[in-house]
Amino acid sequence: MLSQRAKINLVFHALGDPTRRAIVERLSQGPVSVSKLAAPLAVTLAAVVQHLQVLEESGLVRTEKVGRVRTCRIEPKGLTVVEQWIAERRSLWEKRFDRLGVLLAEPD
Amino acid sequence: MEERSVIHSTFVIERNYATSPERVFAAFADPVKKRRWFAEEEAPDGEFEMDFRVEGREHKRFGSKHGLDCRSDSVYLDIVPDRRIVFAYTMSLGDRRISASIATVELLAAQGGTDLIFTEQAAFFEGADGPVIREAGWRELLGRLAKDLSL
Repeated sequence: MLSQRAKINLVFHALGDPTRRAIVERLSQGPVSVSKLAAPLAVTLAAVVQHLQVLEESGLVRTEKVGRVRTCRIEPKGLTVVEQWIAERRSLWEKRFDRLGVLLAEPD
Repeated sequence: MEERSVIHSTFVIERNYATSPERVFAAFADPVKKRRWFAEEEAPDGEFEMDFRVEGREHKRFGSKHGLDCRSDSVYLDIVPDRRIVFAYTMSLGDRRISASIATVELLAAQGGTDLIFTEQAAFFEGADGPVIREAGWRELLGRLAKDLSL
């Protein structure tokens, strides 16, 4: 069982590559077959498969084969989106209070 | 099993500002000041109105840079000048309500200035992590990550 730290590192490694980020962005719109993923990315199918392995290891993405088609989707538990949404909301306020600090530092 | 449709969450943010509670309070109470830190960045098209009094309303529209129509609608519940502001607000995406919250701002005179304690108690509804938000959330996350990794 991976430690929290190890899991986070896997995610960061996975997302540290621009092609993998593009894959995740595409998958965030809905599940896609592997072949459909490769086409717009201008990389070989083999490269996509390798990227998907990294993404699957990090728990962000899940793939399954149905018949002859392998489909990829965002793993909902990978970076629990609701937790993410909550963190986003918090960070929205954090940014606002940063800007408040800038305003207050100005002379009136 | 039916999906839970409401998720509750509370978070607290604490800040310290090297100025008096009166000045910090003014940044919340004066629309000109508040717009500078609260609305300018998120709602550059200027959809921001506020009526700073108990029962007064506040409206903001934002998100257009992410292709979203987000609205935040507030009502002030309690105001103690220079000390406390309590308001309730909802967020909507298009015509869909995605959350309702109670937020409290407390201002405490402290050594060297003012401690601000912001507490939000939120109820997120079934749309809150729906596909549009999910996608926007990911884009935001990936954008920020790219920045952090200086890519």
